[in-house]
Amino acid sequence: MIVADRKSLEEILGMVADNKKILILGCKGCVTVCNVGGLKEVEILTSSLKIARKKAGNPIDIDIQVLERQCDTEYVAELGEAVNDYDSVISMACGVGPQFLSEMYKTQTFYPAVNTTFFGGATQHGVWEERCAGCGTCGIHMFGGLCPIARCAKSLLHGPCGGSSKGICEVNADTECIWDSIVKKKMEAGQLADLMGVRGLKDWTTARDGGPRRSIREELVQGNI
Amino acid sequence: MRLSYSADVKIIQVPCTGRVDILHLLNAVEDGADGVYVAGCLEGECHYIEGNLKARRKVAHVKKILTELGIEPERVEMYNLSSAQGARFAEIANEMAERIRALGPTPVKNHTAA
Repeated sequence: MIVADRKSLEEILGMVADNKKILILGCKGCVTVCNVGGLKEVEILTSSLKIARKKAGNPIDIDIQVLERQCDTEYVAELGEAVNDYDSVISMACGVGPQFLSEMYKTQTFYPAVNTTFFGGATQHGVWEERCAGCGTCGIHMFGGLCPIARCAKSLLHGPCGGSSKGICEVNADTECIWDSIVKKKMEAGQLADLMGVRGLKDWTTARDGGPRRSIREELVQGNI
Repeated sequence: MRLSYSADVKIIQVPCTGRVDILHLLNAVEDGADGVYVAGCLEGECHYIEGNLKARRKVAHVKKILTELGIEPERVEMYNLSSAQGARFAEIANEMAERIRALGPTPVKNHTAA
């Protein structure tokens, strides 16, 4: 899923400092799963902002709504003209949400309440780790199922660098050297030879280096399936 | 026992403090409560195993939010006592009332929206 962290209350309060009536929009997608932008988090942010504004003697009216997803126009369209009843709208979705909203409702201001961080999963309750860099050319199977693009600080494809020490990456003491793990796994499986070959250049044009990406599924566009 | 305790305390009953949510505490502060405390069973004595421990963690989280908002975290508290400790219940009620009195009224005023 897409993982995000909520911005500080101070930063969010600053965004809506001049507003009297706002809408806080949650999303039932990834941000609900990573506990940052679902109904519960929308309610907590709403109450926190109201407390802060009452304390400042400048109360704020806040309505809330949680869309099925903010990354599909059909759900974003559910807001309709009512979106203009507010001074501004705070989106608790990933970075896609405020953009889809801004594209559909051109005169309204949409503030992001979260910092979108990475594609990853929960390794334990409350802890998420990056697993995918969305490079567009997946080769996880060649590395024992562990992605060196997302999980090696240098995205190396031919083994660890000199900064690998006792299985730890020099960039961060909490980060495992994924190449250490890849080699160990391959050795245990008796498949170390798989890593010995020289790979061709990786095609980075499918990654961000090739500019903003678009995925077109003709069969869906044509309504065939 | 017929013990008397501070009349400032309004009691909201829940089946277990595990039912108390962050939003219950936040909404109370939002609506102008000068303080809120949760009176749970003794730790290790929860009939539902860990309801009171969950409540303690939620109280801690609300304290963190209040601190971020510049409001005294002492306005929210967790206490543990058994249902047989009536005297302790009255003592806690008075203790919390005293604490809030010392802190003064909540800074969260219910002005009407302009």
